[in-house]
Amino acid sequence: MFEILQYHFIQRALVASILGGAICGIVGVWVVMMRIPFVGVAMSHAAFAGAIFGLLLHVNPLLTAIIFCLASTALIGPIADRGDVDPNISIGIIFSFVLGIAFLGMGMIKGPKTEALNFIWGNILIISAQDIFYLFIITLVVIAFLLLLYKEIQAVLFNRELARAIGLPETILFYCLLFLCGATVTINLNIIGGLLIFSLIVNPPSAAYQLTYKLKTMYVLSICFAIGSCLLGLFFSYIFNVPSGAVIIIASSVIFGLCLVLSPKRRVKKYEVSKT
Amino acid sequence: MIWEIEIYNATVSYREHIALKNISLSISAGSLTAVVGPNGAGKTTLLTLINGLGKLQSGTVKIFGTPVNALNINRFRKEIGYVPQQMDIDPRMPISVYDIVMMGRYGKIGLFRYPRERDHAVVDNICELVNIGHLLEKPIGHLSGGEKQKVSIARALAQEPRILLLDEPTANLDPRAQCEITKLIERIYSQEKLTIMFVTHLLNHLPNFCTNALLLKNGHIVGSGRINEVFTKKLLSGVYDFKIEPPKMARGK
Repeated sequence: MFEILQYHFIQRALVASILGGAICGIVGVWVVMMRIPFVGVAMSHAAFAGAIFGLLLHVNPLLTAIIFCLASTALIGPIADRGDVDPNISIGIIFSFVLGIAFLGMGMIKGPKTEALNFIWGNILIISAQDIFYLFIITLVVIAFLLLLYKEIQAVLFNRELARAIGLPETILFYCLLFLCGATVTINLNIIGGLLIFSLIVNPPSAAYQLTYKLKTMYVLSICFAIGSCLLGLFFSYIFNVPSGAVIIIASSVIFGLCLVLSPKRRVKKYEVSKT
Repeated sequence: MIWEIEIYNATVSYREHIALKNISLSISAGSLTAVVGPNGAGKTTLLTLINGLGKLQSGTVKIFGTPVNALNINRFRKEIGYVPQQMDIDPRMPISVYDIVMMGRYGKIGLFRYPRERDHAVVDNICELVNIGHLLEKPIGHLSGGEKQKVSIARALAQEPRILLLDEPTANLDPRAQCEITKLIERIYSQEKLTIMFVTHLLNHLPNFCTNALLLKNGHIVGSGRINEVFTKKLLSGVYDFKIEPPKMARGK
């Protein structure tokens, strides 16, 4: 059983599971607390569209994916703020736009589309050392951002207007959170896959939300659930030779289902009528 | 007279709707002013104009004698405690009452810094003043309307502000909670000596010490000054389009 750990691709996959899970667990808390879960969908499809155009233009798909993702992030915030449009609507508009671009790019690719499809499904077992390096860097940035600005992020997550009223640079903080979500999605594109990364960002923090009334505990649980989902996905993917991304998402969904059922927040206090 | 808040020819509009129409007013340091008027008169917009949450179309707002602009507004916001109208909070929200009150300190603590001993001491004192010491560990979403308002006031006071803006702090509360909040405003005013502006519809339950009033209708200031000059039968009836007797307090002053 443990001899599989001697393979380099398994070692890389394990590191990617831990780093990718940790980072998705953190940005997921932001997305769930701000009630903008579809930001992950819009970002992942923007990154997907960018990666496809990277393939078309023969440049590094990761680079174009980051550019597309960050550009869409830069649009979501201002459209929501300046246009007085609900963030979910602006996310929906960006999502449909990048989806159109992604399909356009797919149509323009001549011959087999295997490489492009990899960005949809991802494969944690075939990632390179370079992917791990990028993942490590973005994980460091996200953790540093969280630790240095924990209290400011907490205020923005609770209520953006209130954060502004107490004198915090709320708009810059909100855009930074969106940017980091975008960067996280992009880096995880060929690990989890563009189509599935959204679930890994939303399911673990949503599961954690069911179990605790403390934000710090929510971060810890979310990270644990996300890493657990990735490790389970990796394990089943290796043993049964099934797509890793799909198993990761199924695992995170099952964890969410269990947390929902066991949630102390759903308990109903019974009133006992006195017999006297 | 030292003016803490000065507004000159201010106009604020939300697309088709003009919320404030070329208004001018001055609020003196250490005054307690009731802002009164029917729904849609522009009362909330007036408060958000003062703390920079509202967007000024034209005119000037001065706080502590300095014109407010996009570059310096964050500095002034740290000195202005703001209690918005009651917010809907998810009962499962993973944030405690203590965290919310401490949030009031975040602007003053500054970026990249964590709360220190003095910040915790300030929060403890404020919680004692507002009488919410027994709620500190509770999740914010589990409180009643009156308790949430007290926490919101405590959060604003934790800023150690010079100006306190309260937007309908007694709205949607039962009579006892309304009375408690009114008494709390009196206590804060007498102990902290802040400049307080509060929006209210409870003309007969104004806090003691409230000597000034501002009467708004359709984005215009209809009356401002001492309560007995503003809360007259003629002005109040004109503002509400309804025959209304002045509150006892105004008749007595």
